[in-house]
Amino acid sequence: MPIPALAIQNLTKVYDGSPAVNDISLSIDCGEIFGLLGPNGAGKSTTINMIGGVTHIGSGSIKVFGFDNQRDYRTARRLVGVMHQEIVIDNFFTIDQALRFHAGYYGVRDDTAWRQRLIDQLGLKPHLHKVMIKLSGGMKRRFMIAKALIHKPQLLILDEPTAGVDVELRHTLWDFVREINRQGTTILLTTHYLEEAEQMCDRVAIMNHGRLVALEATSTLLKELGTRSILVHLQSPLTHIPDNLCCQAAELDESGTSLQLTLSANQPTGELLKNLCDIGLPIADIETRKASLEEVFLQMMQAGRVKP
Amino acid sequence: MKQNQEPPFVAWLPFYTLLQKEIRRFLRVASQTLVTPVITASLYLFIFGATLGERISILEGFSYAQFVIPGLIMMGVINNSFSNVASSLFMSRYLGNIVDLLVTPVTPTQFIMAYTLAAMIRGLAVGVIVWLISCLFASLPWAHPLAAITMACLASFLFAQFGIIAAIHADNFDSLSMYTNFIILPLIYLGGVFYPISILPPFWAKLSHLNPLFYLIDGFRYALLGVGDLSFLVSFGVVSIMTMALFFWAACLIVRSYRLRN
Repeated sequence: MPIPALAIQNLTKVYDGSPAVNDISLSIDCGEIFGLLGPNGAGKSTTINMIGGVTHIGSGSIKVFGFDNQRDYRTARRLVGVMHQEIVIDNFFTIDQALRFHAGYYGVRDDTAWRQRLIDQLGLKPHLHKVMIKLSGGMKRRFMIAKALIHKPQLLILDEPTAGVDVELRHTLWDFVREINRQGTTILLTTHYLEEAEQMCDRVAIMNHGRLVALEATSTLLKELGTRSILVHLQSPLTHIPDNLCCQAAELDESGTSLQLTLSANQPTGELLKNLCDIGLPIADIETRKASLEEVFLQMMQAGRVKP
Repeated sequence: MKQNQEPPFVAWLPFYTLLQKEIRRFLRVASQTLVTPVITASLYLFIFGATLGERISILEGFSYAQFVIPGLIMMGVINNSFSNVASSLFMSRYLGNIVDLLVTPVTPTQFIMAYTLAAMIRGLAVGVIVWLISCLFASLPWAHPLAAITMACLASFLFAQFGIIAAIHADNFDSLSMYTNFIILPLIYLGGVFYPISILPPFWAKLSHLNPLFYLIDGFRYALLGVGDLSFLVSFGVVSIMTMALFFWAACLIVRSYRLRN
């Protein structure tokens, strides 16, 4: 059985008597892009801080590629690169100096080609010799990504990397993440943009109040919990919603020519189409749409599985 | 781009890098970290060496300038060793960039030794510059040069540990400056930089023996001039015990990551 990139067992962290992370266990396979989602205060950053070594583990264990991050902390930390949610920089130094220092802290000799590659790919070249305080917010974020990768970690942790960044940087970042993932780096990310998690992640875990409330392949989660909707365009307007469509959470627009119907996860589409034909609706066109991860998340909140 | 090949690990490199970063940090603001303390010491030298000093005689066989120079050198060493590590570590905590170190394989030993060595280098550099400038005012006999170097190194090591302790316990800039203004400065001034303890009334002389800096300054003066209020062994012994105690205290804080990791 292959060693997972990250294995968390019964991880708990209590602050002032209330659990920030409450007995979570999960495993991330090598080469995976894994999303850790949840509302603010769910315990995502605390979990990441415990993996990275910024926060003491309350109880439980964390293993990085089989190395316990407390007993074998030097090896475990060398294998992990963390991009923190908050911008943390040392205003005394330039990007170039800070990147060299960061590689050294990890016991890695400066690899000019790799450093240059990061600088080029993240568009840092024009700002290389500026001190950090003179960089824009976006540049600081780019630098933080380079810093997390400078020692060539096997597991890259990105804690809300796109929070407050513009669309261009977001695209640059995700393209870059996909590329390094193709090169073999395992990715653990948290994001508030659920559509990003949907596009990027092989699997997602949803946390709420310190607990794991879902842990599935992204596609499975969408299939099991996601509703699908059908938008029916009509040739002539309806005055009211037909009685036998009420259980489909039907909504009629103001003009009466568009009818939106919702299918539950297991309801076959054919059954609904047959029903529509039986009613004799004047159908002009039909559009189908799957629920996004965001809608699944909202659905879970409404069902009480995730509390705001 | 071959990203997934793990680069070889060089065990001493985290220490060397942190040391290098700390040295570059104080060199980058050399006007504050090296020039200012040297100007302050030079003013003291001018006042007590070239002006008032000619009218004061408190130690037979030595000018007042010769008496005061060891204390001024030690003052530079102490203040700068302390403030180097205290300001750097506290700023890292305050601004949050300490996490850059906490996520790395830097060991507690490497952490303490890098911060300590950088602080010692700055403290001793200021001490050497003050000594060189003092040569314009008076020459010192350097009675026991090895003992003088040992005391200067012990002083800088000791106050680097105190800097670590202060940086970890301080909650804000005010509480950090309290360590300098309400502990170090009074202890230096009352520790015999400007006068020998032996000229004080008996009560104040006895009280001065409770001042740990008295042993540092007196031991250093003995090593440079060959005379002091105490024997060198007593000064050296007390300073060594203090150094070990503060090192143990600082090491406990760093090993436990007290107020560094939550």
